[in-house]
Amino acid sequence: MTRRQKRIAVILGELAVLGIALGLVLYALRDSIVFFYTPSEMAEKNVAPGQRLRVGGLVEKGSWKKGEGTVSSFVVTDTIKSVTVTYNGQLPDLFREGQGAVVEGVLDASGTFVADTVLAKHDEKYMPKDLADKLKEKGVWKDGQGS
Amino acid sequence: MIAELGHFALILALGVALFQFVVPLVGAQRGDPALMRAAIPAALIQFLLIAAAFAALMHAYVISDFSVQNVFENSHSEKPLIYKISGVWSNHEGSLILWVLILALFGAAVAVFGNNLPLELKARVLAVQGSIGVAFLAFSVFTSDPFTRLDPPPIEGNGLNPLLQDPALAFHPPFLYAGYVGLSIAFAFAVAALIDGKVDAAWARWVRPWTLAAWIFLTIGVAMGSWWAYYTLGWGGFWFWDPVENSSFMPWLVATALLHSAIVVEKRNALKIWTVFLSILAFSLSLLGTFLVRSGVLTSVHAFAVSPLRGIFVLGILGVFIGGSLALFAWRAPGLKAGGLFAPVSREGGLVANNLLLCVAALTVFIGTLYPLALQILTEDKISVGPPYFNITFGPIVLALLILVPIGPFLAWKRGDLGLSLRRLWLGLAAAAAVALIVLVIDVRGPWLAPVGLALGAWLIVGAALELAQKIGLFRVPLGTSLSRLAGLPGASFGMALAHGGLGIVVVGIIAMSLWKVEVIAAMKPGETRQVGAYTVTFQGEAPLTGANYTGRAGSFLVTRGGETVVTLVSEKREYRPSRRTITQVGLNQTLAGDLYVVMGDSTADGGRAIRMYFNPLVNFIWLGAFSMFLGGAFSLADRRFRVGAPRRAPALGTVPAE
Repeated sequence: MTRRQKRIAVILGELAVLGIALGLVLYALRDSIVFFYTPSEMAEKNVAPGQRLRVGGLVEKGSWKKGEGTVSSFVVTDTIKSVTVTYNGQLPDLFREGQGAVVEGVLDASGTFVADTVLAKHDEKYMPKDLADKLKEKGVWKDGQGS
Repeated sequence: MIAELGHFALILALGVALFQFVVPLVGAQRGDPALMRAAIPAALIQFLLIAAAFAALMHAYVISDFSVQNVFENSHSEKPLIYKISGVWSNHEGSLILWVLILALFGAAVAVFGNNLPLELKARVLAVQGSIGVAFLAFSVFTSDPFTRLDPPPIEGNGLNPLLQDPALAFHPPFLYAGYVGLSIAFAFAVAALIDGKVDAAWARWVRPWTLAAWIFLTIGVAMGSWWAYYTLGWGGFWFWDPVENSSFMPWLVATALLHSAIVVEKRNALKIWTVFLSILAFSLSLLGTFLVRSGVLTSVHAFAVSPLRGIFVLGILGVFIGGSLALFAWRAPGLKAGGLFAPVSREGGLVANNLLLCVAALTVFIGTLYPLALQILTEDKISVGPPYFNITFGPIVLALLILVPIGPFLAWKRGDLGLSLRRLWLGLAAAAAVALIVLVIDVRGPWLAPVGLALGAWLIVGAALELAQKIGLFRVPLGTSLSRLAGLPGASFGMALAHGGLGIVVVGIIAMSLWKVEVIAAMKPGETRQVGAYTVTFQGEAPLTGANYTGRAGSFLVTRGGETVVTLVSEKREYRPSRRTITQVGLNQTLAGDLYVVMGDSTADGGRAIRMYFNPLVNFIWLGAFSMFLGGAFSLADRRFRVGAPRRAPALGTVPAE
């Protein structure tokens, strides 16, 4: 191989690696991202059962029920629409009624949201930004409204 | 009064930084040695002033002076002293002071220890450092003053977020910042070289130790962060691909690439333009990390308060430094002369592959971190990109990189022989095959990743050992000769073996932990027993608990294995004053074979507790491996060649021992 051919081979090799990586990125971005909705948006978008998504809102006061073993259920609301969530596992330390929470999982055929991940707000001053924005749009949440 | 002095010192430091930015730069352009030398005292004075401001803030924290708003918001008089001190950098304003303090410390270190640098280069490096200082000191003084007073002073403070009241997290930010900010030196050298128009082996020799130091700190910082996440968040994981984690990981990946490419510049005078570009890229990613954390644009466990003005300010800093340095690069880089030629299969070629894969890996992390943000701005759709994305993209690229790591050091400079290198590595290949086979036999139901991942770990560890053995001619020359050769090896040789071997140990830990973790979630009443892997765990009941600034309940768990008592673990639910926030303390039994991890959850409807238990096999290999990588960095940094050989600007090629 001449020097020129070698150089072209190296550059082609580099481009191939970059191309493979970008292909993987595009594939992964199509398949493994999760959309974030409020309960109202979920109703609007007619989410199909089985589609993985995140739902955020406030945990409705008086809705948290402990079931059999480690199963618990509660209602997530944006005060317009709400959705019942069941979760098998340990709720985070910061999970409380009347506070923000984001759940990730799928909707089952009966309209109950089966969550496998529950995120609560991490700080008195901090609420998941996604959620604060959505609640602000709905006029439910104001800045500085802490615990 | 002391707080006001601190504030004053900070403003003075801004002035000094401005001086340090402008005067030496002008001096270097005009060739005026007096002006250039002015950079040295300026760097020292800037450091002393910022240290004074930092000390003033720390003083306010230690004596719990709640008339200072920052102390009021983030501290509490009942807090243990260590968390009063770490409270200084637990918040936006204080952490910024720490950031500029470390920046000034690195600048002062160049001023003091850089005696063998040509004066012009030194002046320009310090001027670039000064310009970064100006930007961040202005950010602090104009948008994030930590010394604002409250009138009337409150009697008690708000307290520190209990999640942050933890020894690992207390010292995590200083290390991480030392890593981030340490990369500013490589950046300053790159910009100075672009102005200078000269990049040679000597330049690489000066850049390498600074990059190495930054890399060491970043490694510790990232490892500490993951350790903190592992045992305080109580989710049993060690890495969440959280935007803030990613923003410390991207600079680490690029700094690792930079370390390797600087070797090529030093030894072979090639890859110069690329190395300068990487220096700029590494610090740009550090700045981006600062922006992501500070501006609160991304949702994250670690996010500090959201402030649009601050976000815009940091974005401005980002634009000026990244845009400016890249423009300078585009303008001046074509003038740098390309150096030595090499065949695709050669040590240089191996290092190019290393750089390519590390940078592409960093790119996938970058896209995964910023894509949700871009999408939100463009379409208002909100999405989250989680571990599945990173497994698909980052995974295969790193897999390819790991396969190549042991081969690289066996290739000769300029033109290598792949077949010969692999023959010398036959023991590593055999070890990898044996491990894969064993894993397949004992764990047939496991996914394909288990045998492949553990084989890779063995390949890396044995490969690193073989490389060292080859260098000292183990079993080819008498043992005595080998040992004396071992003693005479330069630190960098040990460094490489420890770092590459450490990487293998990390891989083993991650694979074992991710694939073979045993998770048991159960509602348990006192006296009940569950099996977790080889262990039997009995919930013995709970008792009230009182600490310095919290009260709570402590559940105790008797752990037995094969009928013999191993340990009694305690998992606590603490409620901190004054925030009334609840934090769970994990009960942890650490062994090299794996951790038993017990978390006591909420009470259940029938009077028990929800208990979550994990057995995390080989999980400590992750931090042991990281420690080995850190040691590797430290050995390389101690290599006397960095000091003895450094002063000569003309590289003495051929006299450098092959490594």
